[in-house]
Amino acid sequence: MSAPQKTSAELAKEYGLKADEYAVILDRLGREPSPVELGVFSVMWSEHCSYKSSRKHLGKLPTKGPLVICGPGENAGVIDIGDGQACVFKMESHNHPSYIEPYQGAATGVGGIMRDVFTMGARPIALLNALRFGDPSHPKTRRLVEGVVAGIGGYGNCVGVPTVAGETNFHPGYNGNILVNAMCVGLADADKIFYSAAPSSGLPVVYFGSKTGRDGIHGATMASAEFDEDSDEKRPTVQVGDPFAEKLLIEATLELMASGAVAAIQDMGAAGLTSSTVEMAGKGGVGIELNLDMVPQREEGMSAYEMMLSESQERMLAILKPGREHDGERIFKKWGLDAATIGWTTDTGRMILKHKGETVCDVPLAPLFDDAPLYDRPHTKTPAAKHLQPGDVTAPTDYGVALKTLMSCPDMASKRWLWEQYDRHVMADTLADSATAADAGIVRVHGSKKALAVTSDCTPRYVFADPYEGGKQAVAEAWRNLTAVGADPIAITDNLNFGNPERPEIMGQIVGAIEGMAEACRALSFPVVSGNVSLYNETNGVAIPPTPTVGAVGILPDYDRRAGFGGVQAGDRILLVGESRGALGASLYLRELFRSEEGAPPPVDLSLEKKNGDFVRGLIKSGRVTQVHDLSDGGLIAGAAEMALASGVGISLTLDSGLAVHAELFGEDQARYLLAVPASAVAQIAHDAGLAGVIVSDLGGAGGDAIVVTDVLNVSLADLRQAHEGWLPAFMSGKA
Amino acid sequence: MTKAAVVVFPGSNCDRDCAVAVERSTGASVDMVWHQETALPSGVDLIVLPGGFSYGDYLRCGAMAAQSPVMREVVKAAEAGVAVVGICNGFQILCEAGMLPGALLRNAKLKYICKQIDLDVTNAQTRFTSGYAGRRNVRMTIGNGEGNFFADEATLDRIEGEGQVVFRYAQENPNGSLRNIAGIVNTRGNVLGLMPHPDRSFEAELGSADGAVLFQSALASA
Repeated sequence: MSAPQKTSAELAKEYGLKADEYAVILDRLGREPSPVELGVFSVMWSEHCSYKSSRKHLGKLPTKGPLVICGPGENAGVIDIGDGQACVFKMESHNHPSYIEPYQGAATGVGGIMRDVFTMGARPIALLNALRFGDPSHPKTRRLVEGVVAGIGGYGNCVGVPTVAGETNFHPGYNGNILVNAMCVGLADADKIFYSAAPSSGLPVVYFGSKTGRDGIHGATMASAEFDEDSDEKRPTVQVGDPFAEKLLIEATLELMASGAVAAIQDMGAAGLTSSTVEMAGKGGVGIELNLDMVPQREEGMSAYEMMLSESQERMLAILKPGREHDGERIFKKWGLDAATIGWTTDTGRMILKHKGETVCDVPLAPLFDDAPLYDRPHTKTPAAKHLQPGDVTAPTDYGVALKTLMSCPDMASKRWLWEQYDRHVMADTLADSATAADAGIVRVHGSKKALAVTSDCTPRYVFADPYEGGKQAVAEAWRNLTAVGADPIAITDNLNFGNPERPEIMGQIVGAIEGMAEACRALSFPVVSGNVSLYNETNGVAIPPTPTVGAVGILPDYDRRAGFGGVQAGDRILLVGESRGALGASLYLRELFRSEEGAPPPVDLSLEKKNGDFVRGLIKSGRVTQVHDLSDGGLIAGAAEMALASGVGISLTLDSGLAVHAELFGEDQARYLLAVPASAVAQIAHDAGLAGVIVSDLGGAGGDAIVVTDVLNVSLADLRQAHEGWLPAFMSGKA
Repeated sequence: MTKAAVVVFPGSNCDRDCAVAVERSTGASVDMVWHQETALPSGVDLIVLPGGFSYGDYLRCGAMAAQSPVMREVVKAAEAGVAVVGICNGFQILCEAGMLPGALLRNAKLKYICKQIDLDVTNAQTRFTSGYAGRRNVRMTIGNGEGNFFADEATLDRIEGEGQVVFRYAQENPNGSLRNIAGIVNTRGNVLGLMPHPDRSFEAELGSADGAVLFQSALASA
């Protein structure tokens, strides 16, 4: 997009602004905006930057708690992890760019989320990613998987932050819009958190990092619109990443912060220089004046419009304390970074931009910053899905085949092919990663006995069937996964991916999911401290399945007291915590064996979730249990199979609950965990469970080299392993 | 007290890991040395070139770091008999600097690979591997995209004949390295390059403590 000469309602539309939004700009300015001014308004008021469709409902999410240091509104959320330390984390989407240019889209997604974290003073210590691709048979899927995975690895590996956990799903609903949600977790001193609000006027605004080029112009606008068949033409709006520059930027930023020179700091992410200056000045209640001639530029002849709208990567903006520019100069020189003082904070309350001797933008900051449109969009509730009884669902003709089908289906098959491309061990503090049989990634808090547990979860088919229950479930599953490794769940970040909010049925999904998540967050004391909203994930009017991804962080006070599920020993008893009721609606079983996505998802009883989870965590913390797996996709039998495969020992179960066999094996009832414990420990655990009012049943034992359900199925681990490990490599090499 | 130095290049990302691994494994004091330094700390017993992506792997892995000012001092120290170990990108730098024979090419499957791997200690007579005497098999993790060791046949024959091959991939060759080579020493035996990461395998809770033995051996002979 080149710089236009004159603005109009037409041009505003091209920039993604509605006619009535343009009218508001005319009203606030009392005149027509200049082309640069219109560009600035259009990105600040884009869905991506302004949250104009979701803000009203995001307010329903609980954001406070005893351990919350900083909730939503800053670059990332901050929680107290004791001993004067804080954990800073956030998840963010890079969906639109990753579909158009998968390598760079995913790479810059990882880069962007790391900047959000180190901008607050934290050293990034762990990365996660939640990926949703289209149907494996769709012609674009293989290339997208290949590119996204290479991009995530290419960036994270080089910067040197371990990628420890994640999730990957495939569904035709993502054929036209894949989801790439990246999460970064960082570690900081609790009293050295940095914020973006400019503290006063008269301070130098310092740009440092990579030069500004013409990449990513209007990226935020693109991320706020639907795709059509011409979406590939948007490739120029995708940013290009340089992880080496990011690594230097991290070190320089942390060194600059340690020098005491930084008064406020903000990375340049979506909407680049525009968003960062507006945020810093707007939050600080000051004005800002920039001389764009001073901006380090990668290309010749860049216009003011291009500079303000560029989303070139690896750039930071800092407001330094008076007289501290020399600290910056020294540090930027050491790390070989471009840097320049490009402006000053002022007391005018205006954003003034000068370029080649001309004032190209002179607008009040208030309307840009906090006068963005706010919509209460009409929403219709998703019609209730039918609650299925076990009798409504066909039993498989061969249970062994059914188990192998599930364990090798794209959603459940091993993702080794992709996570082996991620450096999971750099920083030498990884205790559990994607290669570890554990329900969450675990990294040590460097130099201590504490560790952080991290996970990302969402079951889109549940949210599609019932946004409210599905929203609850996403939060509950994240809480359960942290619990299953023995961590105290602390807080979450949410990444809300939906279709076009201007359609009432999509808005209904958004409202339902947020309200369900809010309910679960309250019940589990699991506040939201940061998040991101990605709307307009649709192509030619077809929306993605609603996908409110939950990224969660928990604390292990002593990492020697933790659990996984790869150490089951022959002779162990297999205990089920919780109760199977045979919930097969919206189950993986139904979808993978019968191509049906009907039925209501399993209901989430939050008080039961809490009771069962607290009991399991207590067992782990007391050192009495080390083998725990939460039950989710594929139900009891899939959970048992995963434990057996990871441990290299068979598991035999005997069913006597009276439920229909297929409902008991494949039902996805919530609030359940599978434990493997020495036989000698069973009686005491059963006794304690009784006191706690928790249902625990002894379902069988470990031994042999097969998964066995008495009179139902017998599948050798070797067969099962081949099915489970084989699908993704075969698919990527074009053989599946 | 023994003393080690870890060189930090722009883009090194295992520098802290190496320092921590050496400290915790051996109790040695560790100095971090910026690549533009023109002198090494005095009395250094071990120099570590860490893993990472020095200079972003631009040009060729390790090629630019090999030209850093500090490398002249590293070469001099090695000539004076100081132990030098290059891990992963450090191995690439040693090859680019001509301190070790051969080169590290793109992995055979053209992908970065990160996993725990079994190694054979094929020479436990070196100052880096003496602690492995009596045990052939050790576990470490790898994480590399260009760890595929290459040298011409004559060089391979020669370094094998001289006992310069000290680590080989045991069960699985993850990157296509010729003759399963994972780590080699120079003819004098005081410069080691290896692709696996002893700096990520120095405590049992990291999956293996076998890497600690390497640092202990290197400093025991100091």
